[in-house]
Amino acid sequence: MRGLMQRLQRRAEKRLPALTRYRRPERLPITLHRRRIYIVPSGFGLGFTVLLLVMLVGALNYNNNAALLLTCLLGAASAASMLVAFRNLDGLRLDHLRAGHAIAGEAIELVCSFHSDRPRGALRLDLDDESTAFAVDSADAAQVRLRLPTHRRGWQPLPRLRLWTSWPLGMFRAWSWLHPEQSVLVWPRPEATGPAPRAMADDARRMQLHRGEELAALRDYRAGDPQRHIAWKPSARHDDLLVKDFEQPRSRPQWRLDWRQLHGLDDEARIARLARWLNEAQAQRCSYSLWLPGTEIGSGSGLQHYVRCMDALAGLP
Amino acid sequence: MSGRRKPGKPTIALPQRAFDLLCLSAAFVLAVNASHLPWWLSAALAVILGSRWWQRHRHPGRLPQAIKLPLLTLLTLAIIAYYGNLFGRAPGTALGFGLLVLKLLETETLRDVRVGVGFACFTLMTALLFDQGMVSTLVVALGLVPALATLRALEPAQPATGMARSFMPALALLAAALPLALLAFVLVPRLGSPLWGAPGRDQARTGLSDRMSPGAFTELLTDDHPAMRVTFDGPPPPPDQRYFRAFVMARYDGVSWSYDDVAHAAPVPLEVEQSIGYRINLLPTHRRVLPTLDVPIEAPAGAVMHRDRVVVASRPVDDALSYALGSATRYRLEPQLDARPQRWLQLPARFNPRTLALGQSWRERHGSDDNAIVREALALFHDGGFRYTLAPAPLGRDAMDDFLFATREGYCEHYSSAFTVLMRAAGIPARVVTGYQGGYWNKLGNYLLVRNSDAHAWSEVWLAGRGWVRVDPTAAVRPERVSLGAAAAAGDQLDWYRRDWLQQFRNRWDIVNRWWDQGVVAFDALRQRGLLTPFGIRDTDTRTLGVLLAIGSSLFVAIGLAWALRRRQPRDPLREALRALERKLARQRIVRRTGEGPQHYLSRAARALPAQRGQLTELMQQYLELCYASDEPAPESVHAFRRMVRDFRVTNVVK
Repeated sequence: MRGLMQRLQRRAEKRLPALTRYRRPERLPITLHRRRIYIVPSGFGLGFTVLLLVMLVGALNYNNNAALLLTCLLGAASAASMLVAFRNLDGLRLDHLRAGHAIAGEAIELVCSFHSDRPRGALRLDLDDESTAFAVDSADAAQVRLRLPTHRRGWQPLPRLRLWTSWPLGMFRAWSWLHPEQSVLVWPRPEATGPAPRAMADDARRMQLHRGEELAALRDYRAGDPQRHIAWKPSARHDDLLVKDFEQPRSRPQWRLDWRQLHGLDDEARIARLARWLNEAQAQRCSYSLWLPGTEIGSGSGLQHYVRCMDALAGLP
Repeated sequence: MSGRRKPGKPTIALPQRAFDLLCLSAAFVLAVNASHLPWWLSAALAVILGSRWWQRHRHPGRLPQAIKLPLLTLLTLAIIAYYGNLFGRAPGTALGFGLLVLKLLETETLRDVRVGVGFACFTLMTALLFDQGMVSTLVVALGLVPALATLRALEPAQPATGMARSFMPALALLAAALPLALLAFVLVPRLGSPLWGAPGRDQARTGLSDRMSPGAFTELLTDDHPAMRVTFDGPPPPPDQRYFRAFVMARYDGVSWSYDDVAHAAPVPLEVEQSIGYRINLLPTHRRVLPTLDVPIEAPAGAVMHRDRVVVASRPVDDALSYALGSATRYRLEPQLDARPQRWLQLPARFNPRTLALGQSWRERHGSDDNAIVREALALFHDGGFRYTLAPAPLGRDAMDDFLFATREGYCEHYSSAFTVLMRAAGIPARVVTGYQGGYWNKLGNYLLVRNSDAHAWSEVWLAGRGWVRVDPTAAVRPERVSLGAAAAAGDQLDWYRRDWLQQFRNRWDIVNRWWDQGVVAFDALRQRGLLTPFGIRDTDTRTLGVLLAIGSSLFVAIGLAWALRRRQPRDPLREALRALERKLARQRIVRRTGEGPQHYLSRAARALPAQRGQLTELMQQYLELCYASDEPAPESVHAFRRMVRDFRVTNVVK
């Protein structure tokens, strides 16, 4: 059944370019307008139409004009709801789209920013089978978060999003396709286990020895400080408890992560290993540099540096 | 009834607001349907509805099958036990409404709520099958508001609003849909004949019956529904002449009077001295008799006149019926009594001995002077301590004896009955006539409104040389009954809602009901065909109606689309102010050319109007600064610019 529907859909797209014109990738911002909003009655709408017909025949048969008037009123209100559904989408604008970070196999977070000149509610954005409902205020843009599943590292084009609404009565479904011409970068999945980078062991031991030897300062006691760090003698001269604060080891290890050192591995395995090392280096707050074919990133640390390295890794051919 | 869902599809939680609104819709449906459901069913369903609402507030979830199934069985059995079957209008409504309430018991998903709303709309409509008055139609239409609000509440991601606020959009939607609804109402082709059986007469309405026994009218006399509306060709007859005959009753069996249908007999002869033409709009009575003013001259189309000039339609009046006819207001009816005068003298044997004795004593006293006997009887009612009341004491076996000599209280039925028995005892041919008397003359609408409570019974006696003469013994006791109407006669015995001022208001308001009844309720296939007569099309057939409907709908669709497609341009006060300035200058023939910038244009204007050069230069500077100096000009400066433009006057310079 599903296969048949998809075949029919493909055929319709081939036959009716108007249906597909707005399904190709396009630049942001995308403003919805009448040429790209489609409306069909929903299942409930069809059922309700049958009910209206039954009411109509009943009223006509019993020659009951009051009932006929009621039926006409209900039918007209239902029909008018179609226009309201259309108006709920018309003029809505997808301004920009921001992607988060994710490693291959995990879902990446997309933040779509919608703007509208009047408040709208009951909008829904579908990505594959997942639907997110949101409302737009006239004052500021609505941020809609979606989760896009990823499979492999590298640039991944965004799929087509369906923006739809069944506002106000659920009898009609108005929808439009949004296909932003934008790709998201998926980071490589690090390998699970493997050797540590060379010359790292010594650094680690040195760091262990250094930690906690130098008393840097005294500070106020905070809940959770270990008891043996309390400086009892100075505390006796103060109202509050004082705690010995130990300086972090000054000389951090310097990791040089190099593509060329990893012999005997294929490209993906090298990338996976480098990704693991990057993660570990970031976790240990080391400073590190990265050499990749075509890219060389100097020594550094911090989140931005990490993102830069991972992006470079992900962007490898 | 239970919804089957596809596995794997997550069920969306039902918003509490939607459930509340659905319960409200159901309660509304119950309220409008309560009047024609048996009270125990309404009460039981209301209790189920209330407890379900309470239960779901405490612990959301469906009720177990063990509760639902017995309830469903009980409902079906109760309806079958009460109505005899499940099909037909009344049992169908009861069943539909019961199912709606039972549906609420298992309402937990969006789909359930939507089914419930559909059900509610349908049961709302069935309420109109029983009463299609204007007020009830309005009330029922208001019932759509909570139903539509329920559907809206199902939609996700809405700003939180109060319960009352959630009705406004639904109301607005209905209001916007009204023009299209009216168009469709006028143009949807009506059926000439029903597709299936017309609604049965399963509802016994109060109305004039072909039997009358003292005390039987009570229900009718307290029923305030309009019975008919009458328009006269000339001025209306005076109040004491407004007697509308329905039945002429000859047989008396000691308990009640009854009408003998003497079929296939020509109407008795009538000598007309003065006549009046009029038209009656009779509301459904589900009976065949058609009331007529006084003595009808001829029967209207679709009806026959029986022997005693009782007009009987060929079919029961199930829909509002309008008929025109002429009646004699001064006349001699049946100047020569027919061969069997015993009919009018018949009295049951061994009943009412004292009454018979009284009548015979009058005959002995007055000899052959029938008029004197009539006067004697009226004097008895007037001076004999009789009282007019709508709640008389019950009468025994010899009802007339009890009434005349013991209770001495009653209303028109008692008086006409006793009077007729007395006349017959005295040997004067006499009979009871029932119908309506009085009514309210609506000056605004120029019509006479006759309510069911205007039902009346009077007598006719046959006097040699004058034929049948109407005698209203009630008038002897309570003249107001005839001159002012039933409500005035009843005095303070009526319910609060029939008090004077309110009754006056209701009588005046009736013109709206009349308009509704004639314009909406009675708009049938025949009227629809004559719809386009003012435009020269005598017979509008179904096809024309369809075309008109299509054209009209397209028009409304176009209007709706224009509304939907309209995009409000963001207002720019600065640009509007410049436009205003341009208009002022254009009057001096300094028109901005296409593609001309504001700086160029305003300098040109300054050159053309040397008297105001300074002002115009100032305006130009201001404008340029506001436009280009900053992204968002300060509102105060924009305001100042607008004020400057407003105060700018072009002074005419004589060249």
